[in-house]
Amino acid sequence: MARWIRNGYFLLVYLFLYLPILVLIATSFNASKYGTSWQGFSLKWYASLFDNSLLVDAAIRSLIIATLSATLATALGTLSAVCLYRYRFAGRQVLNALLFVMMMSPDIVMAISLLMLFIVLHVQLGFWSLLLAHITFSLPFVIITVYSRLSGFDTRIIEAARDLGAGELRTFLRILLPLALPAVAAGWLLSFTLSVDDVIVSFFVTGPSFEILPLKIYSMVRLGVKPEVNALATILFLVPLLFVTLSQILLRRKK
Amino acid sequence: MSELRSAVVELKNIVKSYDGKTILDRLDLTVYDGEFLTLLGPSGCGKTTILRLLAGFEAADSGEISIAGQAVNALPPEQRNVNTVFQSYALFPHMNVFDNVAFGLKMKKVPKEEVRQRVQEMLRMVRLEEYAARRPHQLSGGQQQRVAIARAVVNRPRVLLLDESLNALDYKLRKEMQVELKQLQRRLGITFIFVTHDQEEALSMSDRVVVMCEGRIEQIGTPRQVYETPANLFVARFVGEINVFDGEVLERIDPQVIRAVVEGLECTLRSERPFARGEKIKILLRPEDMRLSEARDDASAEGRLLGKVVERTYKGMTLDSVIALENGKRILASEFFDEEDPSFDYDPGERVAVGWVKNWEVVLPDAG
Repeated sequence: MARWIRNGYFLLVYLFLYLPILVLIATSFNASKYGTSWQGFSLKWYASLFDNSLLVDAAIRSLIIATLSATLATALGTLSAVCLYRYRFAGRQVLNALLFVMMMSPDIVMAISLLMLFIVLHVQLGFWSLLLAHITFSLPFVIITVYSRLSGFDTRIIEAARDLGAGELRTFLRILLPLALPAVAAGWLLSFTLSVDDVIVSFFVTGPSFEILPLKIYSMVRLGVKPEVNALATILFLVPLLFVTLSQILLRRKK
Repeated sequence: MSELRSAVVELKNIVKSYDGKTILDRLDLTVYDGEFLTLLGPSGCGKTTILRLLAGFEAADSGEISIAGQAVNALPPEQRNVNTVFQSYALFPHMNVFDNVAFGLKMKKVPKEEVRQRVQEMLRMVRLEEYAARRPHQLSGGQQQRVAIARAVVNRPRVLLLDESLNALDYKLRKEMQVELKQLQRRLGITFIFVTHDQEEALSMSDRVVVMCEGRIEQIGTPRQVYETPANLFVARFVGEINVFDGEVLERIDPQVIRAVVEGLECTLRSERPFARGEKIKILLRPEDMRLSEARDDASAEGRLLGKVVERTYKGMTLDSVIALENGKRILASEFFDEEDPSFDYDPGERVAVGWVKNWEVVLPDAG
């Protein structure tokens, strides 16, 4: 009896979480153009999605921005985290606290402040402004992820490396970077997701010359949800799922 | 003997302070090639700071440090010919035992085949050959300790620095490692500078002991010198248990002997120090040099101090007694069991006469 209740409860929770996505996936295969009544299985929305060059272009731009901003934010963020961990300097605590302020401040605040900054500096809104903005909001997440990983290690390890003849650079490459690597990877994935996801900041800081996927979808949905969008959303859900599953299988095999 | 050996480490007039607090105060120290030197002192006395200055993790405010004849003040740690065994071991968690030990050699670009040979030889020496592929977290504390030693020693440094390296081990393992370290040092002929706050460890392992307090060196000497002829009260109290009697000089009898009053009792003491008549003195005696005897009547206590047994502790090899003298001072006596009278014991409250083995007393001026 207790088992039934427990399993039933889990079922409800997962239903709560995944029902909307299941509906979305189902609808993307529905032949009906309007409404939700089932009119048979069809892949035509996928076909028309790939015919819609505007949407595909926006998706490609999104992936480019996400890859670039995640990579740059991870590089900058990892170095900053190592710096925070490795050196004691005036204002270190303040810097650390400011990171959390950045993470917690509402997107809209960052969006407006970045927009103001770009206007003041006469930066053309488009690819570069968007890239800079995405690096900016990803950076604190990378720093904090990597820093919290590093701070779990004895600082004497660095002294040991130097004692054994490794200079600053080799200490970083041979000791700190390998130790931080899981957090660096996590930071990159987090930044990538944040970037692909972002609507608010991107809405403010990009121009008509460079439209990315979330904004494109947003503008399409304003005129009613098109079935292509369902197909697109399904792909966006299933591709990461595939990657996660693959990585789990690979990790298990490695063990 | 020391004069014949060459100095491998020299510290001259070293001053170091943190946040206005002086850690090392104009310190001079010479370490000879191949010796086992121990820095002994309570925590905060600056002993670890000396190691960190030698390793290059800290810079001295002023003064000169040289290793093997080369001034190293401006050299970063990676360019110094010393290696450190850290208190926390500080093994690299992402490398196995072999790679940990090989790290220093790889940094020096030693050819691969030689690295392999030297690491294996080193692992054999610390009896960890079978553990080469393990990660540090899969090893016990004692094994990690040996990896840390191997990782430092494999580089054949001129000086090996050991920072409270045995602290994390339990008593039995610690004793074993003390013997192993000493053997390793003899075999390799490397200079060891060992930091500890454990006086027993310092006495049993070292060629010379440096007793430190608050950034200054109180005494440098062989374990025997430091224990038997402490230079001052701090050394006497820090290195083992000691009884301190108050006294006053009456007169000098000959260059080696003075007459003095000790806790109200007139007696002769051995001392070559120049004391003035009437000068206040401290007389130091180790518990094992105290001799107790029964004092049933006052006649048998002639020439001795009288007291009462307050407490007695059976220690297996010895019987340790706390005696309260008539003036209230408490002293500790540690007596070996006599084979003729294995059951000897005192009752609490028993009156005893307190004496000591003649000439084992250390007489110091009363510094106040």
